[in-house]
Amino acid sequence: MRDVAVVSFAYSAVAKDVLHNEVEMIVPVVREAVAVSGIPREDLGFVCSGSLDYLQGGPFAFVMGLDGVGAWPPKRESHVEMDAAWALYEAWVAIQTGEVDSALVYGFGKSSTGDLHEIMTLQTDPYYVAPLWPSMVDMAALQATAYLDAAGFDETNLAEVAVRSQRNGTSNAHAVRAAGDATIDSVLAEPVTHHPLRDADIAPITDGAAAIVLAAGDLARSVCARPAWIRGIEHRIEAHGLGVRDLTRSESTELAARAAGIDEFPLDVVELHAQFSHEELILADALRLDGETDINPSGGPLAANPVMSTGLIRIGEVARRITAGEAERGLAHASSGPCLQQNLVCILEAE
Amino acid sequence: MGTTRHDEGFVLAETITVHHQLEYPGGYTRSTGPVVGRFLTGLRDGELLGVRLSDGRVLVPPTEYDPTTSAEVASEGDHWVTLGPAGRVQSWTWVAEPRPGKHALTKPFAFALIRPDGADTALLHMVDCGSPDAITVGLRVAPRWRAERAGHITDIEAWEPLGDGEEPHPAPLRVPEEGEQPVTGIVSAFTLEYELNAGQAVSQYLFGLAEGRIIGGKAPNGTDVYAASRGTDPKTGEPTTIEVDVQDSGVVTTFCIVNIPGLSELAPEIPFASAQILLDGADNTFFGLIRGVPVDDVRMGMRVKAKWADELKADHTSILWWEPTGEPDADYASYKDYL
Amino acid sequence: MAGNRVAVIGVGQTAHRTARKDVSMAGLVREAAVEALEDAGMTWSDIDAVVIGKAPDMFEGVAMPELYLADALGAVGKPMMRVHTAGSVGGSTSIVAAKLVAAGVHERVLTVAYEKQSESNATWGLSVPMPFQAPLVAGAGGYFAPLIRAYMYRSGAPRHIGHLVAVKDRRAALRNPKAHLHLPDIDLKTVEESFLLWDPLRYLDVCPSSDGAMALVLGSEQVADAAPNPPAWIHGMAMRSEPTMFAGRDQVNPQAGRDCAKDLYAQAGISNPREEFDAAEVYVPFSWYEPMWLENLGFCAEGDGWKLTEAGATAPDGDIPWNPSGGVLSSNPIGASGMVRFGEAAQQVRGRAGDYQVELKTGKALGQAYGGGSQFFSMWVVGRDKP
Repeated sequence: MRDVAVVSFAYSAVAKDVLHNEVEMIVPVVREAVAVSGIPREDLGFVCSGSLDYLQGGPFAFVMGLDGVGAWPPKRESHVEMDAAWALYEAWVAIQTGEVDSALVYGFGKSSTGDLHEIMTLQTDPYYVAPLWPSMVDMAALQATAYLDAAGFDETNLAEVAVRSQRNGTSNAHAVRAAGDATIDSVLAEPVTHHPLRDADIAPITDGAAAIVLAAGDLARSVCARPAWIRGIEHRIEAHGLGVRDLTRSESTELAARAAGIDEFPLDVVELHAQFSHEELILADALRLDGETDINPSGGPLAANPVMSTGLIRIGEVARRITAGEAERGLAHASSGPCLQQNLVCILEAE
Repeated sequence: MGTTRHDEGFVLAETITVHHQLEYPGGYTRSTGPVVGRFLTGLRDGELLGVRLSDGRVLVPPTEYDPTTSAEVASEGDHWVTLGPAGRVQSWTWVAEPRPGKHALTKPFAFALIRPDGADTALLHMVDCGSPDAITVGLRVAPRWRAERAGHITDIEAWEPLGDGEEPHPAPLRVPEEGEQPVTGIVSAFTLEYELNAGQAVSQYLFGLAEGRIIGGKAPNGTDVYAASRGTDPKTGEPTTIEVDVQDSGVVTTFCIVNIPGLSELAPEIPFASAQILLDGADNTFFGLIRGVPVDDVRMGMRVKAKWADELKADHTSILWWEPTGEPDADYASYKDYL
Repeated sequence: MAGNRVAVIGVGQTAHRTARKDVSMAGLVREAAVEALEDAGMTWSDIDAVVIGKAPDMFEGVAMPELYLADALGAVGKPMMRVHTAGSVGGSTSIVAAKLVAAGVHERVLTVAYEKQSESNATWGLSVPMPFQAPLVAGAGGYFAPLIRAYMYRSGAPRHIGHLVAVKDRRAALRNPKAHLHLPDIDLKTVEESFLLWDPLRYLDVCPSSDGAMALVLGSEQVADAAPNPPAWIHGMAMRSEPTMFAGRDQVNPQAGRDCAKDLYAQAGISNPREEFDAAEVYVPFSWYEPMWLENLGFCAEGDGWKLTEAGATAPDGDIPWNPSGGVLSSNPIGASGMVRFGEAAQQVRGRAGDYQVELKTGKALGQAYGGGSQFFSMWVVGRDKP
């Protein structure tokens, strides 16, 4: 395998962007990621994005998105209708073939324009589940109930995650929900909206975009003083039906993490694509985190959740810390589907 | 005609937000295939069916493929078993505000994963129990069947708690009438609601239309002008930062004549001409209707100007169509690079 | 071509029909996948990863359908991805899957592309009315018909050229039992007399709307050497995209397509495509796109494409058969159509194209797909022999 590193990362997140269309959201983050990478835009070998048409309520969101990239002369370019973490995976594979040495990856979307939680119902079985309209939060709450019941936990355990996320969010300029004075009591004083979840347990609606530049080997070293090398990147999917899965664990995360080599790397930092408090607990179990590891120092998705970029941002957040010298190695996780159906694990390390 | 220069940080104080409904008219027509169809037929006939998989587990609702091995689940055979008459809640959450047009129940209810008697997996469905205090993991529940059933997952209206020792109502089994066909499809009709925002450049363009102007943006190279763009020079991905008025006249670069009725609510009577138009002062073409001339007379190179609506608004309806100016046709050479 | 050798070792497709009412969405993709696995002599457990592709989710109203389809495609516990690059998606999905093998990440990859257009309606799905966008009141044909007119003007092509393609591809489809349209009596007169939809396009110049799926199994060299049936070796694969509109954009003969072909031919060592391919399967949803893409793909000089069509060069018995399967004009499950092109090209060089098999000379064939406003291109070259 070729050595491939994250050499730059930029993102934006606001609760509701009523001043920019999707292209106008893409432009500044792509521009920043390209500028920081030090690789001229025209030299970037490959471009890959992640977006979801249902966020804008019309087809071909990614076609318009291309107006914010500068795809001229024509680019090697592709798109996944998935979180942009999978676009990064596709770009990593393209670099592995040797065809290209660098890639621009981006994701974008406005969750605030429609009813995100209802839209995600359309991910479910169209015959048995979607006609009942459980929202993405309803489904997550089913998982939370099952997990708390099995683990012998209660809502305090959820609140601990929510509090740490809000506190960590204060150090993240992009956080749309952050509170340095959040406490377990203050969280538990909030009403339960989706038993057993409170608003604080549910990722906030967020609009935004993110971009990462990947580069291989010597190119990465020449443009970045401390590239964040991808040591392993793997993803796995589970069965679709909620009623056939063991919702109390994340088997696909376990599989992906093992395949990515988690056992070989003591982790300084972990960024998890947990859109709900209990998801973080389930993922921490799956990754067998021992309590020493710093989880979601950015505040995680509970602080900012620009859907279709949130997973990519996890990779960017870990990489950023490595590049800044704050961490030697870390793990980024991305997820897709109801109740963590599909999971990606990316292990990053300094030289 | 004038230009306004502004910094890159320029932000319109107000942008346009519009309500948008996404709905496939009439709903999606879903064919179920034989396995899903058989389960739904069972519901229609008052029977909750599961399938025994090769590992001995009983799966409900039956999926077409084994969720563990991916083996095909046959639609016929003695691996089909009747489940019930009751079940247990494995997990639940509360829906305090059911959504009209989406949820089948109008009063608050629980979504639950329910394991029916005789099954090894759970089914996602609704529990009608009045209050979140009335439901727990392990609660025994039984289906409340609708009297009129269509072969749909909501043929069970909801599940209801069973008291200690209480027996569920017997399933309202019915014998299919002679010649009655199994369920082979469902219709899935729904509407999603959006508040879409046009952002800077598109709002600026639309505000211009409300003033009878066509506003474009100039690319960083200082020459290319884009009207009705999304705020960037697509070639470079850089913002168009200089606002430019474009003429409301231009050249038909190419066109077609449409003879199909009903393609769009906005389409005029057939036949009509739909053209790509290169506006004077712009470097991109866009689509417009050509009227005020017999369709047979529409031609490449024809000079046209906008027919503005009497009432101008900040949307595309401000330009009704494009009609000939009567000027001589443009030379092909003048627009050949815009095809 | 960059990376390890890759071959197509299994090809499967559904019968394409107006409406496959007999199957669910899962059943549709499964049908193609099972046939591809059988061709490759494999079972579900042999597959390392699954890559699916389709056009907009709104066609079927299922968002990110890889989630729902994981069980049906044997992906549980494995990696699964979903590609969406508009009309070119079937081609780009094949390429994404092949790169997983070329990169050495996997040995055996299943890739499936599909569309079940009968769940809604393609005209609606392609032009959902959106605020802020100038409405395309003329439908999808209304987007491409003006470009065809521009091509006719530029090249001086006579009006009947498109009709010749419409007849040729429908006659070819008579030998392909899986093709959607079987029009045994079609001739130039029927096309010329068919309804004028989008002048200059007549009804029979336009593709149908189909339900269908296509599947490929891709294997590494080691896997392909042991495959039960002949492999189609990938000699090159390329993708290019450009924005929908910009100053100086050539919409008729897009630069992205020309660049893509140039890159592809360099990888595959092709200097004269007309002579060096035994067949080409090219995305021609409107008849006129055959002469237009003949030029874009460098089979002739710009302006000469229609002359090849008129001379019969692209007929099944011509010197460079185009779309011997009947092409998109005979079957168009949009999301799958690109992969059908890629897979049909593979079947030709494998000698497994049945009644529409062309004579193999060089043993190389081209697959091409395009999408959006003629702005997304994906292509591959497959060969009977190892590259």
